[in-house]
Amino acid sequence: MPKRKDIKKILIIGSGPIVIGQACEFDYSGTQAIKVLKKEGYKIILVNSNPATIMTDPEFADATYIEPLIPEALEKIIEKERPDAILPTLGGQTGLNLAVKLYERGVLDKYNVELIGAKVEAIKRGEDRKLFKETMLKIGLDLPKSGFAYNLSEAEKIAKEIGFPLIIRPSFTLGGTGSRIVFNEDEFVDAARNALQSSMISEILIEEYLNGWKEYEFEVMRDCKDNCVVVCSIENFDPMGVHTGDSITVAPAQTLTDKEYQRMRDMAFKCIRAVGVETGGSNIQFAVNPENGRIVIIEMNPRVSRSSALASKATGFPIAKIAALLAVGYTLDEIPNDITKKTPACFEPTVDYVVVKIPKFAFEKFRPVTDDKGFSDNFYQILGSQMKSIGEVMGIGKTFKEALQKAIRGLEINRYGLGGDVLNEEKMIEKINSLPDDSAEKQKFLEKLRYNLINPNCDRLFNIRVALKLKIDIDEIYNLSKIDKWFINQIKEIVEFEEKIKKFSLEKRNKEEFVSLIKEAKKYGFSDRQLSNLLKKEEKEILNLRVEENILPNYKVVDTCAAEFEAYTPYFYSTYEGIDNVSVLDGKKTTQELYLINESFTFSKKAKGKIIVLGSGPNRIGQGIEFDYCCVHAVMAIKEENLEAIMVNCNPETVSTDYDISDKLYFEPVTFEDVFNIYKTEELISKKTKIPLLGVILQFGGQTPLNISLKLKSQNVKILGTQPENIALAEDRELFAKVLTKLKLPYPAHGFAKNYKDALKVAKRMGFPVIVRPSYVLGGRAMEIIYDEFSLKDYLFKLFEETSIHPDVSKVVIIDRFLEEAIELDVDAICDGDDVFIAGIMEHIEAAGVHSGDSACVMPPVSLTKEQIDTIFKYITLLAKELKVKGLMNLQLAVKDGTIYILEVNPRASRTVPYVSKTIGLPVAKVATKVMLGYKLKDLLKKYNFSQEKVFNLKYYTVKEVVLPFQKFSNVDIVLSPEMRSTGEVMGIDKNFPLAYGKSQFSAGSEIPIGGKVLLSVNNKDKPKILNIARELKNLNFKLVATSGTADFLLKNGIDCEKVNKLSEGRPNIVDIISNKEVVLVINTPTGKGRSFSDGFYIRRTSTVNNIPVVTTIEAARCIVNSIKELKKSYDIFSNKINFEVSSLQNWYKS
Amino acid sequence: MKEYNAVLMLETGVYFKGRFFGYEGETSGEVIFNTGIVGYEEILTDPSYKGQIVVMTYPHIGNYGINYYDFESSSPKVEGFVVNEFSKIFSNWQSKDTIENLLKKYKIVGIEKVDTRALTRYIREKGSMRGIISHVNQDLKKLYKKVKQIPSIVGRDLVKEVSCKEVYLPFSLEYQKRNEISVYSLSKNLFIDVNATPAKYKVIVIDCGCKFNIMRLLRKYGCELIVVPADTSFEKIINYSPDGILLSNGPGDPEGIPYVFKTVEKIINYSINNNIYLPIFGICLGHQVIALSLGGETYKLKFGHHGINHPVKNLTTQTIEITSQNHNFAVKMEEVNGKLYVKGNKNLEVTHINLNDFSCEGLRYKNLPIFAVQYHPEAAPGPNDAKYLFEEFIKMIEKKFTLIRT
Repeated sequence: MPKRKDIKKILIIGSGPIVIGQACEFDYSGTQAIKVLKKEGYKIILVNSNPATIMTDPEFADATYIEPLIPEALEKIIEKERPDAILPTLGGQTGLNLAVKLYERGVLDKYNVELIGAKVEAIKRGEDRKLFKETMLKIGLDLPKSGFAYNLSEAEKIAKEIGFPLIIRPSFTLGGTGSRIVFNEDEFVDAARNALQSSMISEILIEEYLNGWKEYEFEVMRDCKDNCVVVCSIENFDPMGVHTGDSITVAPAQTLTDKEYQRMRDMAFKCIRAVGVETGGSNIQFAVNPENGRIVIIEMNPRVSRSSALASKATGFPIAKIAALLAVGYTLDEIPNDITKKTPACFEPTVDYVVVKIPKFAFEKFRPVTDDKGFSDNFYQILGSQMKSIGEVMGIGKTFKEALQKAIRGLEINRYGLGGDVLNEEKMIEKINSLPDDSAEKQKFLEKLRYNLINPNCDRLFNIRVALKLKIDIDEIYNLSKIDKWFINQIKEIVEFEEKIKKFSLEKRNKEEFVSLIKEAKKYGFSDRQLSNLLKKEEKEILNLRVEENILPNYKVVDTCAAEFEAYTPYFYSTYEGIDNVSVLDGKKTTQELYLINESFTFSKKAKGKIIVLGSGPNRIGQGIEFDYCCVHAVMAIKEENLEAIMVNCNPETVSTDYDISDKLYFEPVTFEDVFNIYKTEELISKKTKIPLLGVILQFGGQTPLNISLKLKSQNVKILGTQPENIALAEDRELFAKVLTKLKLPYPAHGFAKNYKDALKVAKRMGFPVIVRPSYVLGGRAMEIIYDEFSLKDYLFKLFEETSIHPDVSKVVIIDRFLEEAIELDVDAICDGDDVFIAGIMEHIEAAGVHSGDSACVMPPVSLTKEQIDTIFKYITLLAKELKVKGLMNLQLAVKDGTIYILEVNPRASRTVPYVSKTIGLPVAKVATKVMLGYKLKDLLKKYNFSQEKVFNLKYYTVKEVVLPFQKFSNVDIVLSPEMRSTGEVMGIDKNFPLAYGKSQFSAGSEIPIGGKVLLSVNNKDKPKILNIARELKNLNFKLVATSGTADFLLKNGIDCEKVNKLSEGRPNIVDIISNKEVVLVINTPTGKGRSFSDGFYIRRTSTVNNIPVVTTIEAARCIVNSIKELKKSYDIFSNKINFEVSSLQNWYKS
Repeated sequence: MKEYNAVLMLETGVYFKGRFFGYEGETSGEVIFNTGIVGYEEILTDPSYKGQIVVMTYPHIGNYGINYYDFESSSPKVEGFVVNEFSKIFSNWQSKDTIENLLKKYKIVGIEKVDTRALTRYIREKGSMRGIISHVNQDLKKLYKKVKQIPSIVGRDLVKEVSCKEVYLPFSLEYQKRNEISVYSLSKNLFIDVNATPAKYKVIVIDCGCKFNIMRLLRKYGCELIVVPADTSFEKIINYSPDGILLSNGPGDPEGIPYVFKTVEKIINYSINNNIYLPIFGICLGHQVIALSLGGETYKLKFGHHGINHPVKNLTTQTIEITSQNHNFAVKMEEVNGKLYVKGNKNLEVTHINLNDFSCEGLRYKNLPIFAVQYHPEAAPGPNDAKYLFEEFIKMIEKKFTLIRT
């Protein structure tokens, strides 16, 4: 069937900010959809609140709305744009939920808009667990025993019927929010109550817990003619019970027979048909009882999901793109397979390699407030049915072993493979092994190890290895962990080879044997770092040997067809397979035979030169989609110059790892070794093609490429843009202070210390409060503001304890004077060696002390004078020249009492580049790339019809607000601090600051109230400042409640308010009124540092759990009040709706 | 360290070193690759692979062990087995043995640690070719000489090596007593209930190397099966007065078995001339046999179709099925007035085509209950998308009974 002609304009809904459970995979899918539908001639309207996405680049959609993803805003957009159809299936759960809400509000009918991809009925059948269960039973599919409950007594009845253990899942939530496994009555009551609360419709599913069952996923596509295909099967390494998002997963499925696989495939098709997903992709999850093969269906997502992104990257089959084409009426056989060009998309990809995905966690940032009693020390890191990971990495290898070790390297957790890489760990294993079996220490160690195998945490791979090294056998490990024996055996094979390497004695063997050992080790996925440790050699020696003996990996194509057809897509992974065992009878390998083995030789764009761009690895807090955005822009800029763009990255969620983006994609970890191998291979290719390798761009990938930059340079790798030594100059606080002193630029007093005594000396010299952090960190890891001696001691003790576990972390502590109540600024600029262009000055809303990544900010700045801007310009120019910046640089400044202090300079792309680009309407990363390629800023700005003045004369305001994952981590204090903890960001754009701020709050998920009761509870320092805010709220007809101290202060100052009990003052108390949703807004500033169960902690936690907007700084409170004032002006009393104007970016730029 | 102790030598002189696996020895055959990720137990035992060394493109083989339920004949039939890595342990609730033990038991020579992707790409570019796996002979020159002497698959009769020697009733107790493996694999497959329906229709299976799953499915749908050797005469077959005939899959070149397609020609002519309603269903080699028996032609594909992901378009319904395939030869087609026919006979309409290379995947005799597909509707291994063909066959047979009644 050809594409539909009755549709001309399509609205695509994005998924909003990056949160746990919904990350940049939806930027990838949305971007693919926009590109392909535009190519098909449709007009595309996009709405997404996340400015860090590629899809919100104004050059992609015809009209791009960065507006809150709430029905009110969507209705406005629909009213304005009048799309014929909405495609909601690419915007994750957010997209689907919005589509359902629009339908329920009658918006779709009113404006005659059709849902394409999935109809409301199908969405409901897929998402509503009750309907889903009924639908599945009707078609004869087996499900876990279960029942639905709407209140506690119903829940208890069902629990009794099924029996423990049970899993409780609330309906309509994301990333498994609120679901829990319970083993007894007590746990059950608690969990059921929470789940009822977190469900949008207060409905929960109580289900037979499939303890130790195996988990599988199928990615299925269906077209309007009912053709169905399976794109990919995925087997979870972790058994049921660990959320899929937190599970290590493997593609394809490893331990199913053909009969079982086909049965699951048949079930998947039955499911997608019954649910009624007319076109597009769905993800269907199964569980299998390892004892008897019983297969039950667990759930299905009637949309593109995180797993679809993984499946796309794992097989090369572009699910989102095809889903978009199917949605407009094409059938699978009409769409060609991009990779083979000759064969249709209507087939099932087959792979000839193994893919391993490992999630990345950030538990260190979310330590719960606790007295630590009665828990294991890492109890909060135990993985369960609620997703907690913040990113993921994928490793592709010929074998599971190669892929697994590669994925571990890619995780950037200071591990370079599965063991042998950390000396302390090796020593510990040796020690335990040497102890007699009955020694108390050994017993205790084994007890803890067994506990960790039963209760999986993010170190489970290493725990399994340690167990194997301590001679615990496969069967026992299986019994404890329920991880399939096939996987455990694979790990065992790695461990056995590791022992072989260790035993290899260099003295007794000849070089040939050594070379052969290294080659074999490489096939097992061992890195140079692991080998150097195991062989007690320097890493460099291993590298030199490899270079000398030409031990470089082969690069093979991800081609959807296991080499059956010729592939045209240059998407590669490395493997050491075939490096030494393919030959021709007489003489040397011919070029042709060489190409057969190392396929990267066969692809080359005709170009003047080629450039490698290093990506940013897995998403993590402090380094996420923003850097991927920059990398993608770098690639686009390189391609625009008719150069070959080569991308290196290992994050399956991203746009940069879409094979469509670059000319060549190496899906590889961004470690020194892997990048070096690619560079060497590309050099070899250059010799044949005569296309020169111009160098590597590493300033867009965040800290990841920077960490290896000096090492790369020492191996004669050409680096484009600012040189590593200059980057290091800015990173090293000591050297950087010298630079600032030399340039006579003001900066807060600072010092360094390696122990408490020194630290105290430094702190006393500059006076408390001070801000302390370990050197070389990103995202403010372990950064804290310290107000007194005692806290300093406490901080250092904890830090040094941590560094002893991670010996790679430097032990130097940086101490800065903390500028209290200063205005903080973030500046992004580009320098071409001569000129400087300031792309944006962002004024933070929270005062200095909140990590720049966690604080909201506004552009243009609202409290800077013209003179101050000139001063900033002068400072940047001086710094740029001194650091020989070529490309992007980011500055953090503080303004206190009229003086502008330099806090930090990073001569690289920053997190704010995409936000700045969207605000000013200039592709900043692209311009920076071109500067690195030798263009002059003057010419570039002319080309883009842009000027420096434009930046400072915007006719609108944009506000960036962050989203924080506190709902997923229980008992964590939500107070903002110098340690960054936000996972994503949103942008609000409007004609004035208060409106833009208001929109940003809606986008971030906190609904700004128009009336009701506000709870105030602030610390003594903030009390005078709260007066104005309280008065304004009164004027806006809000009622006030306050805790005793705050209430007394308000009353004393003539502001009427109700008093509410603190926890110790009797009931009802603050927690009660928040839980009962009696208040609509909470303003609470912290009294001290977190880590204790204070009243403030409970106020903040309860508000977060109940989804009540909570503000923890005076500045934010002020902004909220101003926004309420503005929003009230256009508040629609009749429909009881917030009523703000929407406008596309393209329109704003024209204004 | 002696990493490599086996070699796969190709007729072009390109060789792959590897480690020996399975039965220690030497073996030769035509080297082809199979892109299925699952289904090695079925592949090893599929008689269509007679004469062939099978290269698995998926690197991990043996993960779920061997369960004997999934055998497609009474023993492995491949000449040799090439993998990247075989699993030393197995992990599946059904499995009973490792793949290595199976190969040892049935004396199948295997080789692992081969760069199977490079090998596959080589075959894709040069076409399937002869090869030799040796654990015993490391003299490359001698192996090269030997590989050149392996007979080509073209025109060779491989069917006689896999067809049954005498008539048998596969679901009879007597047969099962004789053949231990079949107890598991033929009648006790866990996923197909062979006793679902009582046996109502008498179907003759002309066994060119018939896969068990064809028999299981026919039985499941209510057929009583009489399996006859491929060289059974026309008269003998007709004397059974069958309700339907199934032409099975089998190895090699259809041109190598003129005795089969001549018999089929006689059967078809007999039914046409005597106006006898006799449904005939051909699968794979059976498909080619029908074409050849009615004046069609076949040709050798460059590297064949071996996998479980081939898209086939049903030209009647315009829908697509993902199919299991295993053949080296294909039927020639011609287009007349926008319609596809088997070249040489306008009565044979093409019903299915392969979307990857637009080769002929199915045919039907105009107005007669005779049809065939090039692929494997019985799956095993592979998707069940085409199971409807068995139902169609049964419907044709049933029609015979309604015809008689009316």
